[in-house]
Amino acid sequence: MSDKNLDLHLKVWKQDGPKAEGHFIDYEAKSVSTDMSFLEMLDVVNEDLISTGKEPIEFDHDCREGICGTCSLVINGEPHGPQKATTTCQLHMRTFDNGDTIYIEPFRAKAFPVIKDLVVDRSAFDRIIQSGGYISVATGNAPDAHAVPVEKAKSDDAFMSAACIGCGACVAACKNASASLFTAAKISHLAAFPQGQPERTLRAQRMVAQMDEEQFGACTNTGACSAACPKEISLENIARMNREYLKSNI
Amino acid sequence: MSLDSKCPTGPIEDRWEKHKFDMKLVNPANKRKFNIIVVGTGLAGGSAAATLAELGYNVKSFCIQDSPRRAHSIAAQGGINAAKNYPNDGDSVYRLFYDTVKGGDFRSRESNVYRLAQVSNNIIDQCVAQGVPFAREYGGLLTNRSFGGAQVSRTFYARGQTGQQLLIGAYSAMMRQVDLGKIKLFPRREMLDLVTVDGKARGITVRNLVTGEIESHAADAVLLCTGGYGNLYYLSTNAMNSNATAAWRCHKKGAYFANPCYTQIHPTCIPVSGDYQSKLTLMSESLRNDGRVWVPKDKDDKRAPNDIPDEERDYYLERVYPSFGNLAPRDVSSRQAKYRVDEGKGVGATGVAVYLDFRDAIKRVGKEAISAKYGNLFQMYQKITDENPYEVPMKIYPAVHYTMGGLWVDYNLQSTVPGLHVLGEANFSDHGANRLGASALMQGLADGYFVIPYTLGHYLGSHKLEKVSVDDEAFKTSKEDCVQKLQSLLDINGSTTVDEFHRRLGKIMWEYCGMSRNKEGLEKALKEIPALREEFYKDVKVTGQANFKNAELEKAGRVADFLELGELFAKDALTREESCGGHFRSEFQTEDGEATRDDKDFCFASAWEHKGGDWELHKEELDFEYVKLTTRSYK
Repeated sequence: MSDKNLDLHLKVWKQDGPKAEGHFIDYEAKSVSTDMSFLEMLDVVNEDLISTGKEPIEFDHDCREGICGTCSLVINGEPHGPQKATTTCQLHMRTFDNGDTIYIEPFRAKAFPVIKDLVVDRSAFDRIIQSGGYISVATGNAPDAHAVPVEKAKSDDAFMSAACIGCGACVAACKNASASLFTAAKISHLAAFPQGQPERTLRAQRMVAQMDEEQFGACTNTGACSAACPKEISLENIARMNREYLKSNI
Repeated sequence: MSLDSKCPTGPIEDRWEKHKFDMKLVNPANKRKFNIIVVGTGLAGGSAAATLAELGYNVKSFCIQDSPRRAHSIAAQGGINAAKNYPNDGDSVYRLFYDTVKGGDFRSRESNVYRLAQVSNNIIDQCVAQGVPFAREYGGLLTNRSFGGAQVSRTFYARGQTGQQLLIGAYSAMMRQVDLGKIKLFPRREMLDLVTVDGKARGITVRNLVTGEIESHAADAVLLCTGGYGNLYYLSTNAMNSNATAAWRCHKKGAYFANPCYTQIHPTCIPVSGDYQSKLTLMSESLRNDGRVWVPKDKDDKRAPNDIPDEERDYYLERVYPSFGNLAPRDVSSRQAKYRVDEGKGVGATGVAVYLDFRDAIKRVGKEAISAKYGNLFQMYQKITDENPYEVPMKIYPAVHYTMGGLWVDYNLQSTVPGLHVLGEANFSDHGANRLGASALMQGLADGYFVIPYTLGHYLGSHKLEKVSVDDEAFKTSKEDCVQKLQSLLDINGSTTVDEFHRRLGKIMWEYCGMSRNKEGLEKALKEIPALREEFYKDVKVTGQANFKNAELEKAGRVADFLELGELFAKDALTREESCGGHFRSEFQTEDGEATRDDKDFCFASAWEHKGGDWELHKEELDFEYVKLTTRSYK
């Protein structure tokens, strides 16, 4: 482990509510250990603010293991910061240099309204899943797990799509704020399994329609979503979604 | 009140079947007349909400996260056990039952554990049908791996993300019911109180974490699925927002709290690196399938690990437990790591760590095979520590991970408050004094998919429930109490942050109620915790207001409850004068440091009743008809 200390200038987005006007506020983060995670750095800044009677910076976070998808933040213009395949909570300060200025903003999209400071409302994602991101099998209806073998390659592909953590970085990275990668990952995951076949057509129709309804933008295939994705969900998923959607219209 | 576990009698393999037949049913047309509140959306809450809605009940589902998909079950890595015996290696329902009772160090209920083993296979079927991408062989069938405390391979997994995949399965089943209008979601809500009417659980009071508004919700029954209380220690593998508040407020409304001192300290976590540390990260137990745990034989050996030849390494788990080796159960492995560090043989900059080494496995099967099994864990390790575990051994140390204790429930998962049912980690039921790896996911889903759908119907079918409304006095009083409590936290306006109090509580807990406990230390804890609590109410600084999003206020309420729970914890640990599972009292051990259970005086579950400022102990005697009480040995 490296163990150096950094002095950093932070420019953090503060916003009192969805309708309020937001702006950047300057903070100084002194002697930040390079072994800290990005969120631990913000914890320390917040504790200092509280001790001096000031309101801390609100940000969403929970597992801090890169799997729950709660943390967000656009760091120096990049969702989840500069490190590839890494959520903000797993980003460590050793990525930065002494004296750096760091801009910290919320995930920005029309479909993700700001709640406070860096916290946004991502419930649109839940509504996309609600519209078809499931296999209809009530508890107790399942046959034996070995009744239907699944080709290993297909199952592995499905896993790669199912690894999506629903954080929304794909939307924040996209110039059109499209939710295509998120939606496509779910459609691909379920289409890969024999169990997902009966609802395949309806699923593609409904999920794509819901995505539009939530006012996410259109996909123009720039691939920014996949580049920003902390779970490296591939752009192929979007091609698969388009195929599924097209087929469902024939 | 006497504790009636309501366990059925007769041959153990018939008990659940018989009980299912004996229980009352609610006919399909009547189910839609009942409203059920489910608090928490992890594996237990998610599976329960989905299944009850499928049956026709009207479900209201609450969680503190912004989406039900983010509950902390998502972080479970290694796998889920089931007695499928697909590998043909001698597994059976009876063996899974036997291993779990023994692994729990004979402090769980046989009937419950047997039922858990019985329904384990249905869980795998259900999850596969939902599209959970479990690992498969080339023939298209599912594959298994081994976990600690078992000599068979019965663990199903999806790389190191099994919890995530199972939770997404339960979440998608839930979201289907949301779409059908049978579940109403209430995300970003924190339960602050249980509302009882005529002694029965009839609703909850919650805080809307976005607007700060205090809301009342009424129902015919309440299901608490809010997880464990590991964050009592400040540093744990739990998510930052995991807390005991909902369970603790239920405890104060009459639900007994059972075995609070049974904590699982997981042997393989990334060690603490500094004071700023906010949480600890688990490295899945599955790694012990291929990794070998060791320390240098010589305590002054400061060489880099790869420069230490084999004959100068102590592979202590293989040495002390030859038949289980690196897959010794969690409590045993953690304690052995502590012994090595106490002997001065710990490694790394702090000296508080041991090695988990993949060199031999990589030599045996190749880097690619290891990466296919554990790739994401290795990657996570490297991100946090900046070291490459393919080249240098991982440094690991035990950390608080899971709490076996929780609200007391009977065989029907009902607490001592009628109508309040408790599922998953929040209850105390199935793991005794130590939980075996890959059993938490199994229990959460067993409770939600296959137990509560039956037992809840029995409760609703056998009680006459008068209509209640949120305008009733009980709801109004509860609401006023919650508002007042929040305001009083803001009014203190002291000088110490909530986190600072939490850290200090954590230090007391880790020091005196950690991997090894003794009378003297526990008595100290029983003085220091109330003193800290007193200071908290004089000097805590909570910024912001109650009527808006306020993360500090949320934390303050949770830490206030931990400051009470910590005291009960120490009291329970002091009362239990034996060593069992995760509860190790240094006064009660063999010459070679193994736990000494006292079955004559302590073969019971401790259920604590809240009595104002103190607690009264009720004992539920445990009978072992099938798995004979023996000293647990993994040698």
